[in-house]
Amino acid sequence: MTDLADLTLSEATSGLQGGEMTAVELLEAVHRRATMTEAQLHAYLNIDRPGAARAAVAADSALGKGAAVSKLTGIPVALKDNLVTRGLETTCSSKILAGYLPPYDATVVGRLREAGSVIVGKTNLDEFAMGSSTENSAYGTSRNPWNPERVPGGSSGGSAAAVAVGSALAALGSDTGGSIRQPASLCGIVGMKPTYGLVSRYGLIAFASSLDQIGPLTRTVTDSVTVLEALAGYDPADSTSHPGAVPDFRAGLERGVAGLRIGVVSELSGEGIDPQVQAAVARMVTSLEGEGAKVTEVSLPSFEYALSAYYLIAPAECSANLARFDGVRYGLRRDGDTVEEMMANTRAEGFGPEVTRRILLGTYALSAGYYDAFYGQAQRVRTLILNDFDSAYGQVDVLVSPTSPTTAFEVGARATDPLAMYMSDVCTIPSNLSGHPGISVPVGLDDAGLPIGFQVMAPALGEEVLFQVAAEVERIAGFSERPALANSRADI
Amino acid sequence: MPIDIDIAKVARLARLALSDEELDLYRAQCEVVLEHAALVQALPTEGVEPTSHPLRRTNAFREDVVTECLDTEEVLAQAPDRDGNYFRVPPILEEP
Amino acid sequence: MKFEPVIGIETHVELTTASKMFCGCPVEFGAPPNTNVCPVCLGLPGALPVVNHTAVEYAMKIGLGLQCEIAPHSVFSRKNYFYPDMPKNYQISQYDLPLCIDGYIDIETDEGSARVGITRVHMEEDTGKSTHLGAGGRIGAGSQTLLDFNRAGVPLMEIVSEPDLRSAVQARAYAEEVRGVVKRLGVSDVKLEEGSMRFDANISLRPEGASTFGTKVEVKNMNSLRSVQRALEYEIKRQAAVLEAGEEVVQETRHWNEEDGTTAAMRSKEEAFDYRYFPEPDLVPIAVDEAWRSEVASGLPELPAQARERYRAQGLEPTTAGLLSREVDLGRVFEDAVGAGADARTVANWLTGEVTAWLRKESLLLPDSHLDGAALAELEAMVGAGDLSATAAKDVLGGVLSGEGRPAEVAESRDLIQVSDSASLEPAVDAVLAANSDAFEKLKSGDHKVMGFLIGQVMRSTGGKADPAAVTRIINERAG
Repeated sequence: MTDLADLTLSEATSGLQGGEMTAVELLEAVHRRATMTEAQLHAYLNIDRPGAARAAVAADSALGKGAAVSKLTGIPVALKDNLVTRGLETTCSSKILAGYLPPYDATVVGRLREAGSVIVGKTNLDEFAMGSSTENSAYGTSRNPWNPERVPGGSSGGSAAAVAVGSALAALGSDTGGSIRQPASLCGIVGMKPTYGLVSRYGLIAFASSLDQIGPLTRTVTDSVTVLEALAGYDPADSTSHPGAVPDFRAGLERGVAGLRIGVVSELSGEGIDPQVQAAVARMVTSLEGEGAKVTEVSLPSFEYALSAYYLIAPAECSANLARFDGVRYGLRRDGDTVEEMMANTRAEGFGPEVTRRILLGTYALSAGYYDAFYGQAQRVRTLILNDFDSAYGQVDVLVSPTSPTTAFEVGARATDPLAMYMSDVCTIPSNLSGHPGISVPVGLDDAGLPIGFQVMAPALGEEVLFQVAAEVERIAGFSERPALANSRADI
Repeated sequence: MPIDIDIAKVARLARLALSDEELDLYRAQCEVVLEHAALVQALPTEGVEPTSHPLRRTNAFREDVVTECLDTEEVLAQAPDRDGNYFRVPPILEEP
Repeated sequence: MKFEPVIGIETHVELTTASKMFCGCPVEFGAPPNTNVCPVCLGLPGALPVVNHTAVEYAMKIGLGLQCEIAPHSVFSRKNYFYPDMPKNYQISQYDLPLCIDGYIDIETDEGSARVGITRVHMEEDTGKSTHLGAGGRIGAGSQTLLDFNRAGVPLMEIVSEPDLRSAVQARAYAEEVRGVVKRLGVSDVKLEEGSMRFDANISLRPEGASTFGTKVEVKNMNSLRSVQRALEYEIKRQAAVLEAGEEVVQETRHWNEEDGTTAAMRSKEEAFDYRYFPEPDLVPIAVDEAWRSEVASGLPELPAQARERYRAQGLEPTTAGLLSREVDLGRVFEDAVGAGADARTVANWLTGEVTAWLRKESLLLPDSHLDGAALAELEAMVGAGDLSATAAKDVLGGVLSGEGRPAEVAESRDLIQVSDSASLEPAVDAVLAANSDAFEKLKSGDHKVMGFLIGQVMRSTGGKADPAAVTRIINERAG
């Protein structure tokens, strides 16, 4: 008998709506999976058993009555802990927010609740979403379900690990430089960053406002579509929210890729990419061509500068976004004789090293005399990257690349070398700078049994074609392996 | 481009009370990252408009309508220190 | 050496929108602490600002009222500095692309008229309020600080003048004029004492005839129009003394102390001037097309300068016309009275004299009193008809202001109706002439200097109710 925790979201939806199981049973299965795996994985910071139980009972009641339900009714979903949840501790994996109980729900949290989903709990992340390994959490490192010696990626590492192992059927993450796609890639699941503005950021604790976007982590492409359908849409509380029509995410899922023009980004292949990753991507490209896609190699020269621009823009915005954590109104306070000392002591104590480093970097990049050379120049480079994307999308419908240059690396391997860690995001960052959508789909395992992710990128609001290609990639790859940890059994 | 950061000044601007050892470490790390980041300066950008935003949207407004405020007690329950309905902090030394 | 002051003024104006700049919390003075707050104006993690459309239109009105251009494209920026009453530790403001640029106003003082350039008008958000416990509420000496964020996020406009002002008197006139413009636009209650309008000045001195600027000092905490003038007069003297002693003026911020009439250096932040502005990524740019601009422009009321022109054409003195044009309540009553047939100059003098003095004494605003244009017209008609003396009219005015009734009723009840018919006055005149025969003889012999004395005696004996013109006529008749 299948453990309910191993169902995909779509399978669970059918089961719930067909009366084959209840939301309470599904939640219990997910809780059992968490109980089995959390000691090793530490995907969650906080599992909200009472809240989830209430939501599951409510979902069962709605399902039983034949009331209007959604595909998410009764589905256990995990939230990255940088999404505020009313009355449920929200820390961003930072000491500075220890014990913080927000007085409101993020827009996406409200939408999930309205859709009837069951919020399992809050997942671990790199502090304030700054990192690519989830090692920068003040509350301990999350581990990769495929090999607990390895990182799950980051910053949405907890969300990715939870979905991969089955302690949630779907999760929300946030992606500022690849923080959904890269951990999805490292954990062998689907991670999707929507077009900037498609999903409201209201209630997402900001890292870099012009880059942050919330998106789903799921086991399948169809599940990604289902979650995104619930999240996407205009929110008047977010001025950067897209007021126009939401693309039809589902329309292309069965369409195949025949006749589509696919561009392979030359700057994101070859040097710096692990040969096994490179080979897996190349095989997939060949297969897509075999399915009728027209494949060309496309050069986007400004990509060489994307990482540099990102490491100016993101820290600059973060230095202002994180200024509000000052010990005055909420969170940690460390005493001082004056308010100035209190603030400086609180911040020094409350922020971990990576966050401190980025605040310093950003403060410097914005400070008098350096603005134009650093931040200003980075913003101009951003224009060039947008221009490169625009001209590429004049020739092709989607761009493809590896999601991450490597598979999951060992815990601690890059912890002392910020620059090496930053390189993890080299393939994903350009889409954040441009605001375009991107998705990572698992396409196989390397020799060490670690998953490899394939990235598809599309133009702004090009989610329909993005999911179209992603679905075909998923079908071709036929990736059905499960991490070892998911197969451990508590009932033995 | 060689980078030379007055890290103590930057830390003061960012309101971070760091020890001398921490400052040394962060300066070294920031300089490495900034030297890499300074690559952006190699790209000719004359006449290029900066993009501060991936969207090209303008005029996102709300109507001038009063909406519900938070419950004062719920807000102050999160305060590290309070005095009645006020947030309380140590004395302010500097003018704004 | 003679020095020329160079002064520029920054004016902050809180708007009277219903809700705050970036959230739906009410704009309200005097609510219990931390009740008008929400995730946005408290700077809670995850909250995002959304611009108040009405606040933008009010800002455009101010810009248009100050003859500015409205920028077709403007953006908000973050101004970064730490301060405990500023929830996000950055202020959403405008920096390199403000909403309004390049305006001016004309001012008139005893020193002549002058045109003062307006560099810009931009939108930002107000901070919360700090209360310093102990040490008399002063910064830097207290034991603790209490914070109330009700004011945080209230729409705040900053009006920046060019350094075109050359004296403290001009600075005050500028402040008065800006206040008058904003008041007429109806977008702020411009209460200096409640802080809804605040002035800061930048002032430097330079040798007369020089074209470069000296070192400037910023003066803050000027809480009235009068203190703008006093503070700058003080600062001009102080800087002149420093320069004459061969020393250099220190660039700093100084605090005006109303009680002892001096400025003192403030303890300022070490990094005060590195605000690290960058475009606010949580907001999108504001685009104003010609249609929107002209829609707002067409809704503008008459501005003080235009009203002043009309009043001047009605024969008013420049200062009187200026005051009535800036104080829109006075102006409205003035126009009503003139419309009801009253003499413009008489009514204007009452309004700028007795009425203003009475309102100040009672700490009231004109709409709080019982005076209207019809009452003023009635009063003026009584004076014209000789029923009231000029002195008695002022008395009646006080009664009307405090609600004793219409002018005729007040004059009646206060027994101030003037006696001007000869039959009633002749006995009193004759009695005075009889009692002062020496003076009467002098008058008859052509010494007209005693006339005033004799009239005075009649006024005295009639309790001030005699019409001096009628008395003069009767005395002249008696003197032959």
